[in-house]
Amino acid sequence: MKKLLMAAAAFGTALPAAAQTVAVTNAKLVIGDGSAPVEGGTVLVRDGRVVAAGPGVTVPAGVPVIDAEGRWVTPGIFAGFTRLGIVEVDGVSETDDSAASSSPFNAALDISPAVNPKTSAITLNRAEGVTRAVVAPEARGSIFAGQGAVIDLGADMDAVSKPRAFQFMEYGETGARRAGGSRPAAIALFRNALFEARDYARNPASFADRGKDALLTRADALALQPVVTGQVPLLVHVERASDILVMLDLKREVPALKLVLVGAEEGWTVARQIAAAKVPVLASALADLPASFEQLAATQSNIGRMQAAGVTVGIGTINDNEARQARLVKQYAGNLVALTKVPGASGLDWGQAFATISSKPAEAMGMGGEFGSLRPGRRGDIVLWDGDPLEIGTAAVRVFIDGVEQPVETRQDLLRKRYFDPKEGALPKAYER
Amino acid sequence: MIRIIIGAAAAASLAACTANAGDKPRSASAAPAKSGPGVGKGYDRNPYPSTYKAYPGVPTLLTNVTILDGEGGRIERGAVLFRDGKIVEVGPSIDAPEGAVVIDGAGKYVTPGVIDVHSHLGDYPSPGVQAHSDGNEITGPVTPEVWAEHSVWPQDPGFSRALANGGVTTLQILPGSANLFGGRSVTLKNVYARTMQGMKFPGAPYGLKMACGENPKRVYGGRGRMPSTRMGNIALDRGTWAKAVEYKRRWDRYEENGGEAPARDMAMETLRGVLAGEIIVHNHCYRADEMAIVLDMAKEFGYKVGTFHHAVEAYKIADLLKERGTCAAVWADWWGFKMESYDAIEENLAILEREGACGMIHSDDANGIQRLNQEISKVRAAAKRAGFVIPEEIAWKWAAITPAKALGIDAVTGSLKPGKMADVVLWNGNPFSVYTRPEKVWIDGALLYDMHNPKLRPVSDFELGQPGSGDVK
Repeated sequence: MKKLLMAAAAFGTALPAAAQTVAVTNAKLVIGDGSAPVEGGTVLVRDGRVVAAGPGVTVPAGVPVIDAEGRWVTPGIFAGFTRLGIVEVDGVSETDDSAASSSPFNAALDISPAVNPKTSAITLNRAEGVTRAVVAPEARGSIFAGQGAVIDLGADMDAVSKPRAFQFMEYGETGARRAGGSRPAAIALFRNALFEARDYARNPASFADRGKDALLTRADALALQPVVTGQVPLLVHVERASDILVMLDLKREVPALKLVLVGAEEGWTVARQIAAAKVPVLASALADLPASFEQLAATQSNIGRMQAAGVTVGIGTINDNEARQARLVKQYAGNLVALTKVPGASGLDWGQAFATISSKPAEAMGMGGEFGSLRPGRRGDIVLWDGDPLEIGTAAVRVFIDGVEQPVETRQDLLRKRYFDPKEGALPKAYER
Repeated sequence: MIRIIIGAAAAASLAACTANAGDKPRSASAAPAKSGPGVGKGYDRNPYPSTYKAYPGVPTLLTNVTILDGEGGRIERGAVLFRDGKIVEVGPSIDAPEGAVVIDGAGKYVTPGVIDVHSHLGDYPSPGVQAHSDGNEITGPVTPEVWAEHSVWPQDPGFSRALANGGVTTLQILPGSANLFGGRSVTLKNVYARTMQGMKFPGAPYGLKMACGENPKRVYGGRGRMPSTRMGNIALDRGTWAKAVEYKRRWDRYEENGGEAPARDMAMETLRGVLAGEIIVHNHCYRADEMAIVLDMAKEFGYKVGTFHHAVEAYKIADLLKERGTCAAVWADWWGFKMESYDAIEENLAILEREGACGMIHSDDANGIQRLNQEISKVRAAAKRAGFVIPEEIAWKWAAITPAKALGIDAVTGSLKPGKMADVVLWNGNPFSVYTRPEKVWIDGALLYDMHNPKLRPVSDFELGQPGSGDVK
């Protein structure tokens, strides 16, 4: 992002002031690591990264200071699983780059070039305090969807923080369909892909000549190679408890796999095993209906119970308006706090709940050292709120990404202003702007 | 969400289209009989009657509690008394009658039960498998003859979630929006029963689901048949209404004058009910310009549009909606999933309220119905930032008396007024807060959910013995 800012500045593009060094003081400060908010906190960002955050931080001379006046300051929301930036309108297929049902490629598909930083969903979610997101392609022609990215939601043209950050795969009911009709077919496809990726690693030159006998294209094999060696995480969408255990078995078989479970609505029923396997989860938060036969045990207590069992859990929004509504994770986390008052339910305390939308999903992705909290060394993604960020209706007042303040006006704001008085005046509404 | 819009519906349509069953039944008899069957008595208007019976309750007094009465009234540290299924008294202080259960509601809120004017529970139940996909008769664009109640599976686990997490006591089940005329809706009390009729709201009028815009033209245009355009939508609508007007004329004449009864046509019977004002139109319609056209179409054929559902652009025509007396049922923050939802703003409902138009919240979603209180809270908060201050007690109308009016049941539910059904929610805090949950829910005075009592947590037949059965969910 820094690079682009400078390039854009050179072309005279209007951009927010590139103040990558900034301090916010007098804050009700949330670190995002699961700890409770502290009063009178300061966060100091230098060259786009957090230097220090806490109650006793002193601000060096020359650093621009923003007085939070006691308001909440948190790390930006790290949205655990989305399709932000690759879809403008779901119902308009031309604008949707999440899936490619007719492509001969699958694991090779790289979502990064498709990310459009000017997508309205990025603007709107930024305005609500979402600063980073895991963006995944959608599986259509195979169990392998392709290579996802981690993006920032900044108002510049350089959205991709980390391209090819993971491979995304479907198992369970969807994986079965994509593989040809059954879970065994999905497993067979997965194993075969592992073999072929290893073959490719041994002798890339031979791979080009296998013609139509190949069950994996060269490009797909190349993309799966870092998955096999554990350089890149494998995110697997799986809901049913027995399917989760199958994935944990696969991980035992291929210990190098950096497995991350996505969805996992029945995860609570096998939480001990997930924790023992040290496999993190990007879970759906409030799904509590037996929406399918692989989600019969779904409950809003899922995340609370998994986290109590020692699983690293962040909130992801798979199959949940993931192209546009990442902002809802704040509401979801708030609801998990509400569950602590319901006998028999398992919720999270406030600090833990906030962590499920900040540090936990970043850690699940193996990126906790870079994103998701205000611990020293992390990116300077900071949001100043007008209230408790998990409460309904709290607004993000100021949003910083890499220490750069971001615009927060959306086209919805402009529509609202235009129709504040719905009646037409001396000229049509089209002249009001 | 998108599933509901057209349903995952079967590509394989087994039946030929029976939608345009408008062949003119001939009335053979030129001379009317001496006495007709009587106005409104040509056929049974209620062949599948409600068998719902209120469950027993005990006289209950809630004290020391913040009351939002659902009609815009508010009492701090007030009291609500209900007995024999009815609200008896609401006021600052009420003496406990002998034998009454008294609940101290300090720090808590009491509201009328949440009413969702737009649900597909039972018709698109969980699990959402094809075998359960019963919400869209997607075999023809004009199917006013289908009745949503004939699809309702009363064991849908979604009813329990709407009750326990959402405080929903009444809901309207609508056919989907694949069709221009989707069929009749049914209003249910949110009380599990063995049969649909056991849930059916006694005396609630029927609704007719209609749809504008992208869904009908996409579904049928995709099959190479009319409608494939918005102009096709309206053309088919008008042709159908014209037949309905004629059908009504023939039946009215028969009911008034007697003679030989015209042949019955189930599609036209529904539309005749609309033209006669017995059936309320619930029209799925997003865009301001389309809503305006539909309002003129209603004028052309002599019916009234009760409520536009989804009404994403209602805020642009608040004045027109007010003038025509048509309501808008909307979401707080759904947007962008198709072109006609592209201009959604969170202040939609607030602008309608400020302009004096009729607006309400709705869910259209098995998850959203569990948090309609939070959805109205979003609208309030967005509105406040934009400069519309809407008090909590006014905002609660959007989930109570206004949907009750839209469903034609406001005389009996939708607010905490003496004599009304005791459909009541006790919240464990401020229901506009994300941290608040329903603590107890009464329907007709019967305690049907209690957060503190695991036995007062319904488990549908489907969930019995399944993984997670009986959990708090």
